Amino acid sequence: MPGLGTSLGRGGATTAQQDLSNADAILIMGSSMAENHPVGFQWVIEAREKGAKIIHVDPRFTRTSAMADIWVPLRAGSDILFLGALIHYVIENNREFRDYVVNYTNAPMILREDFRDTEDLDGLFSGWDGEKKKYDPESWLYRGSPVKAGDDDNKPGHAESSGGHGKDRGGEAQDAGKYQEDRTLQHPRCVFQVLRRHFSRYTPEIVERFCGVSEDVFLKVAEVFTSASGKEKTGAICYAVGWTQHSKGVQIIRTAAILQLLLGNIGRPGGGILALRGHASIQGSTDIPTLYDILPGYLPMPSSEADSKKLTGYIGKHSSRTGLWSGFEKYFVSLMKAYYGEAATRANDWGFDWLPRITGDHSHFGYWLDMADGQLEGLFVMGQNPAVGASNGRLQRAAMAQLKWLVVRDMVETETASFWYDSPEVKRGELSPYTIGTEVFLFPAAGSAEKAGTFTNTQRLLQYRNQAVDPPGDARSEAWFMYHLGRRLKKKAAQDFRSRNHGLRALTWDYPVHGKHDEPQVEDVLKEINGYAVRDGKQLKHIKDLKEDGSTACGAWIYCGVYPEEKRNRANERHPNDLLGHGWGFAWPNDCRILYNRASARPDGTPWSERKKLVWWDEEKKEWTGLDNADYEKHVPPDRPAKVHDGHGTEALGGARPFTLHPDGVGWIWVPSGLKDGPLPAHYEPLESLIKNPLYAQQDNPAVNKRARSDNRYANSPGDPRYPYILSTYRLTEHHTAGGMTRTLSHLAELQPELFIEVSPEFSSEVGLRHGEYATVTTPRSTIEARVMVTPRMRPLQIDGRVIHQVGLPYHWGYRGQVTGDVVNDLLVISEEPNVRIMETKALLCDVRPGRRPSGAQAIEKPLTKERLT
Amino acid sequence: MLKHLLSRWPLMRQLQGGGADGTGPEAMSDRTRDLRPKTFGAQVARSICPYCGVGCAQLVFHKDGKLISIEGDPESPISRGHLCPKGADTFELHTHAERLTKVKYRPPYATSWQDIDLETAMDWVADRVWDSRERTFQEKKDGEVLMQTTAIAHLGGATLDNEENYLIKKLFSAGLGMVCISNQARI
Amino acid sequence: MSVTAFLTDSTLCIGCKACEVACKEWNHVSEDGYDWSGYSYDNTSALGASTWRHVKFIEETPVPGLGGNASEQTSWGFSSDVCKHCEVAGCLEACPTGAIVRTEFGGVFIQPDVCNGCAYCVVACPFGVVAKNHGDGRAFKCTFCYDRQKVGLAPACATTCPTESIKFGEISQLRGEAQQRIQVLRQRGLEDATLYDATHTSVGGIHAMFIVRGDVRAYNLPPNPEVPTRYLKKGWMSAAIAAGLLLGGTVLAFLTQPATDAR
Repeated sequence: MPGLGTSLGRGGATTAQQDLSNADAILIMGSSMAENHPVGFQWVIEAREKGAKIIHVDPRFTRTSAMADIWVPLRAGSDILFLGALIHYVIENNREFRDYVVNYTNAPMILREDFRDTEDLDGLFSGWDGEKKKYDPESWLYRGSPVKAGDDDNKPGHAESSGGHGKDRGGEAQDAGKYQEDRTLQHPRCVFQVLRRHFSRYTPEIVERFCGVSEDVFLKVAEVFTSASGKEKTGAICYAVGWTQHSKGVQIIRTAAILQLLLGNIGRPGGGILALRGHASIQGSTDIPTLYDILPGYLPMPSSEADSKKLTGYIGKHSSRTGLWSGFEKYFVSLMKAYYGEAATRANDWGFDWLPRITGDHSHFGYWLDMADGQLEGLFVMGQNPAVGASNGRLQRAAMAQLKWLVVRDMVETETASFWYDSPEVKRGELSPYTIGTEVFLFPAAGSAEKAGTFTNTQRLLQYRNQAVDPPGDARSEAWFMYHLGRRLKKKAAQDFRSRNHGLRALTWDYPVHGKHDEPQVEDVLKEINGYAVRDGKQLKHIKDLKEDGSTACGAWIYCGVYPEEKRNRANERHPNDLLGHGWGFAWPNDCRILYNRASARPDGTPWSERKKLVWWDEEKKEWTGLDNADYEKHVPPDRPAKVHDGHGTEALGGARPFTLHPDGVGWIWVPSGLKDGPLPAHYEPLESLIKNPLYAQQDNPAVNKRARSDNRYANSPGDPRYPYILSTYRLTEHHTAGGMTRTLSHLAELQPELFIEVSPEFSSEVGLRHGEYATVTTPRSTIEARVMVTPRMRPLQIDGRVIHQVGLPYHWGYRGQVTGDVVNDLLVISEEPNVRIMETKALLCDVRPGRRPSGAQAIEKPLTKERLT
Repeated sequence: MLKHLLSRWPLMRQLQGGGADGTGPEAMSDRTRDLRPKTFGAQVARSICPYCGVGCAQLVFHKDGKLISIEGDPESPISRGHLCPKGADTFELHTHAERLTKVKYRPPYATSWQDIDLETAMDWVADRVWDSRERTFQEKKDGEVLMQTTAIAHLGGATLDNEENYLIKKLFSAGLGMVCISNQARI
Repeated sequence: MSVTAFLTDSTLCIGCKACEVACKEWNHVSEDGYDWSGYSYDNTSALGASTWRHVKFIEETPVPGLGGNASEQTSWGFSSDVCKHCEVAGCLEACPTGAIVRTEFGGVFIQPDVCNGCAYCVVACPFGVVAKNHGDGRAFKCTFCYDRQKVGLAPACATTCPTESIKFGEISQLRGEAQQRIQVLRQRGLEDATLYDATHTSVGGIHAMFIVRGDVRAYNLPPNPEVPTRYLKKGWMSAAIAAGLLLGGTVLAFLTQPATDAR
């Protein structure tokens, strides 16, 4: 995510789950790790048993809180207030790890005079264009950084259509290597001082008033966590979608990154930020994306409006002079060679003009709204179930009724496949098979044990699955489906020489097949991803082997090395020989288990301490060595001076700049370019909030696209008398996401057979709910019912002198499977956080009333909210 | 014969059980005595759990092309042989009765599914893609390269393999010019 | 071959129920009904014929600033219950058909091919573990994964447990570990941590020990489990005395019959 990507360089967890056992404190926030990642949580338990303090910050007391030393309930959506106050505490109490901060972060960099902070502009940063609803981020650059040459479109952050995934690595801030600095951190415009001022009002008092966390509890957390810092100690942060699924999700993670950089906790054992991914290959499906705005390896998709008229412009915009992104051209050309083979030549810009240009918001929500408006013809859904799994389920389902054709591939008949005859809309009489013209193909899919392939787990580890058995009947892998569909389409294009088919005809698609179903050889795809020399087909061993002259092909540069030679699939290696698991699987990049681990040593190359050693300089062998593969140029000595101001490539970073993807080689407390909603995180209220933003006139994230329309309505904010309670949705251990892989299974269905709403005893008395009976929950999008679970694990909070109530709904149910229940996602609104276009699921407003919801036609005629208004 | 039958009567075995109290091995039936784990003699494929992102390793036991059992792989440096309730239910995920094994097809405005064979379905899907792409493809706009269609979309990927996602992006974007490509991940 | 046991440490249990699922998957045990109990997150409710591991959830009122690992309080306790595999096993003693045997590992094993469904064992279990299957009426409970143990594998529940809350091993060694663990927990301030072993009760020790915080009764663990069969002798004696008294009384009645009755 750009939160980690812009701050540190790569959009991936910085550490391995096992390494949590080395931590002295672990802050789990925006995640119920024990609940949703139970097996990974064993490493938290191990740390706890070794004496680490475990802090869980969560509105609810969950199974994670039950294992923690400190539980902190807070108001949903107030995370940046809380984390900002921790940053404030660090700075005001001189708790920063000064040697780390001065050497390894951009705290000393001096900012431009024309930058204005949220403190000056009441919640906006300089550069805000109220008409276009977006920032011109030029004033966020370091003082002395030249603005990229070219027309207006070539300035950083200007492409409307491009998402955040591809711009999270400072490539746009080409000359972030040019800066002025004050290593005493005293200059009033240096990042450190700007940061101090920016968070000066994020005080314990504010936390008490607006997060609902008492000062003494906050100070306890602050003391415990900021103590896990310095040469001898480290602390780790774990988060999941409890942070990402907010209208400012990226900036919440930014706040955590700033905190960890200040405490010197990145790149060190027991430190880091562990992003906990909810699916087997969330990380993988972003690294090798099925996303609209990036190509494999976080190369941005060319965009029609900005940068991509010519290859030179595209390369120029996304390359940086120094750091790893100086190799952008190598990565891109090698990808084109992997895609288009011999047909990609220098003369035709490697097939650059065969790639489609993105022209707008083609993300799930973006195109789904177009679909609802009848602008799409066909849709493929593979291993996802938007009918019950995505925000505003009514809109999701209604939109599919507008399609000409729909292809669903899954192991069971999902609600997405069956929406045309058994969705709530059909039951209510809003839709009918007689009026739905969508042609639906439902293909049976192979399960994980029935096909070979790699997943990339939450810690960037590629692990290969060997096939055990053939899938049953007509069930096939997605690899089979894509290969054979591609074969058919290439055949159609074979004799059709219009320019639209150049790419399709050139596309290399000659994967060998095997078995009775002609299954493509997955390892051959992995080899292509790894990369090979065009001339002899020999596998590439290392990212360094990539070339920009067309002599190498590589499907995803960051995965280079996973298949370094014939018959050596490192993702399938299973001989672990240490805690970090070297010898088992392959972690990108270059099998580094802990990213930026050069930072585990002092600038002179010796470990900060014996207790926290990880990677260090071996003076005899003249190389970096240690307990992990160095995430650094192996033979560049620590004392080699940096030449970031005028040098080129990674060598220009010298020997002591651990964040090698950044042009300046340091961790970014301040993000000069790459984010759409500010260089620093600021607290904004959720899009639907009970209260006014306590800090700024700007109520919510100004850069958000709310996508408000008649079928995607919002409650009024701040405060809507119709919807007086805060709603969060979440998962339980016993089910997986919207339940497609668990509700059908008897042994899981019985463990959580029914949808329930968790409420506090105080709330249940106020509203008149009774434990075990039903409650009806309403938002402007929909109305659902759930069994009432009254529990002291939920508690009201005192917010600015008044009592506020939060309720919780797990969202695993739908209208099919062994156990069914109302679709919680129907309550949610489609909203788009500006950088990754994620929706807000953790902090919305709702109404709750005792009793069951109206059903059938009544549900349309008598929505509850109207009743309440009269 | 009678003696044999009698000898299988547990009470007889208890009485015969030289010196023991008649509740030990002497009381065991042949089935109990021959009891072996169901994975005995099975082949094993080393795999990874398909649920969350922790990446627990699994041992998939199979015999004669059939799954026998799926459990944790103790050698994994991450999971150390453990699985959560979902991972522990991976065998049922693959073998339960609601599992789809045939292609289902619903023509426009039909009220029920029809059966259709896999190859035909593949041909038809290829036709639909081709036709929609033909109707909606834009090669250029204002003289600049566009090479896209926004009328065909894809959703899904976080539950799929890297190789599969690679092929999806490669064919759909680099081959067909589809730009509406998305999945669950927003990292 | 060694005598084995479980040690279930609830201070490590995260209440995930993987043990329940792994058990059912391994042993082909069916689901227990899709009934939402409303009792915390517990919907399988109790050990039974189709639930051989059961995670109990104990909710108390949490306090901000204190997690469940804080020494000051417990907030949400979880513990995975299982057959205790008693040294003096009521079920085994009560079984009239020889269906219940003690394995070489010390476990108590119901042979499904021998059991005739008489259910004597059900009432004889001091922990309420053994139960009749609704279908064919036979008795079922934890097998201690006898099939797995035979080839040196740990039971399915202990194998899967994500946080190693369920430990499995040689019994005396586990006892030692349990004692050490109690020491560690108490040193950490968890003064209420106790080991439930039931060695000095009528069951004569168990092969499934538990570490819990607070009152063991909250976890369905009777402080003094009693095997009904221990009262057998006493019971027979009382019956004999009663019979004797009755007989004596009758005789006496005849002997002292008033003569008037003879008219």
